[in-house]
Amino acid sequence: MADIAKLESIASQVRRDIVRMVHAVNSGHPGGSLGCADYFTALYNEVMNYSTNFNMDGKGEDLFFLSNGHISPVWYSTLARAGFFEVRELSTFRKLNTRLQGHPTTHEGLPGVRVASGSLGQGLSVALGAAISKKYNNDSGIVYTLHGDGELQEGQIWEAAMFATHNKIDNIISTIDFNNRQIDGDVSDVMDLGNLRAKWESFGWTVTEMNGNDMKSVINGLTHAKSLTGKGKPVMIIMKTEMGAGVDFMMGSHKWHGVAPNDEQLVDALSQLPETLGDY
Amino acid sequence: MKKYTSTGNKDTRSGFGDGLLEAGKKNENVVALCADLTGSLKMDAFKNEFPDRFIQAGIAEANMIGLAAGLTIGGKIPFTGTFANFSTGRVYDQIRQSVAYSDKNVKIAASHAGLTLGEDGATHQILEDIGLMKMLPGMTVINPCDYNQTKAATIAVAEHHGPVYLRFGRPKVPVFMPENEKFEIGKAITLIEGSDVSIFATGHLVWEALKAAEELEAKGISAEVINIHTIKPLDDKAVIASVAKTKCVVTAEEHMRHGGLGDTIAQLLSRENPTPMEYVAVNDSFGESGTPEELMTKYGLDAANIVQSAEKVIKRK
Repeated sequence: MADIAKLESIASQVRRDIVRMVHAVNSGHPGGSLGCADYFTALYNEVMNYSTNFNMDGKGEDLFFLSNGHISPVWYSTLARAGFFEVRELSTFRKLNTRLQGHPTTHEGLPGVRVASGSLGQGLSVALGAAISKKYNNDSGIVYTLHGDGELQEGQIWEAAMFATHNKIDNIISTIDFNNRQIDGDVSDVMDLGNLRAKWESFGWTVTEMNGNDMKSVINGLTHAKSLTGKGKPVMIIMKTEMGAGVDFMMGSHKWHGVAPNDEQLVDALSQLPETLGDY
Repeated sequence: MKKYTSTGNKDTRSGFGDGLLEAGKKNENVVALCADLTGSLKMDAFKNEFPDRFIQAGIAEANMIGLAAGLTIGGKIPFTGTFANFSTGRVYDQIRQSVAYSDKNVKIAASHAGLTLGEDGATHQILEDIGLMKMLPGMTVINPCDYNQTKAATIAVAEHHGPVYLRFGRPKVPVFMPENEKFEIGKAITLIEGSDVSIFATGHLVWEALKAAEELEAKGISAEVINIHTIKPLDDKAVIASVAKTKCVVTAEEHMRHGGLGDTIAQLLSRENPTPMEYVAVNDSFGESGTPEELMTKYGLDAANIVQSAEKVIKRK
């Protein structure tokens, strides 16, 4: 049984890391990062099987691909807190010569990252390739991916969606961060996704839903999704989240997609997020 | 002067197909993907021999490049196959982010490059692909000249770790390189030694350069012909050594003048040894429908133009 309280405390620390990281360099994407803190915490502290002794091929391990690379702060914090690299390295985020580039990359050799992302829409294709590679290697590991909802406006996502079903790729669990926010406003105003569940179902995916800002729901949702793998169909989780979740003034609009808090706002944000594992 | 004869006409894409099959037999990690052009890319033999290692990607090239990048995770050596236009311009950002920047061991096999694609016309005749690919950090760019060399290059790139752009073509062209000669990535091949002018040629233009050298010999001009099958990394030493002797250059390629082999050599020589140069290439223009031969003549990509360019550049010494 998952220790929900413990996971929630890790998520709180991850959220502290996120706001401190983007504040320190006055840039980065706090909104989506905060919204996905519970998902990342659950994935790396409860759900996935992996080694922190990072190896690119990840044979025998579960793999994770972040397709919406701009929410790098939440991933970096989660990786550091999980032991992939020293937590103090978070202080180098977006600074010259860092391994923690604005968007994730393999180029500087950061442990935990298997492909660069940032230019949207590419991660699902790469993850499917890795999933096929696992099948070739008789490797029972599962491939996880995360995508933004706005990212679904990219055509390549739907190329990949069609491919996955046709080829019965059933060792992948994708998740959509469905916060209905993108840079220019609400997704439903910029380019409406329509009936998202029906879209994925019509593409042949098994679709489930979960509340991405409720740890119990996330654990249950991911555990359920796992039970749906190996049945000849790819699995999609539509994860409802609130952009900026955990920091009241960052919630409720798209405005905190890519803006860093100022000094006062940082103090306000941190006052809402208990320190649990120690700040870097 | 050394003479070359053709042992018959064959398409370079068949060299790729046969090389892919052999690479697949040598290494079970070799896998192939194709975007609905299996016959055109001559990938049928591989598909039939290794049906489980052949992935039909459909008409979805962006996804195919991503799949290939992902397949490398776990140790596969993926070859993607489609026309050169859809292998580069259509998927530039996918190659840039998921392959080149991510340092993935993907082999991009691009057929029907250049004007010799023929009747389908300019929508399919990419003349910018060498430029696009050579600008990507870490990308190796190879444009072999005949069936034998394309086959050998395919086998070699499977054994090379790192992203590779392998460019070849549609028409049947003379086969003149030795059969089963080991392909060394980045090592230029001097086909004819000469002292008056260096002709650096790549792809289908290598044969034209050989014909041009014969015509030049009849005019009393000694041309050196060097086969630059690898545009990146360029064999700097071979270029510099040849130019030290001849003191003038003609480059020949089935590509846009901007961004092609000529540019690469000019950049090297402007740094190391500024030298008069003439380019045999397409001059800031799209192609059009026609037979390969008609197009190569109309756009000046033939032996006659190499001869004229050589005579011109010698006068500029």
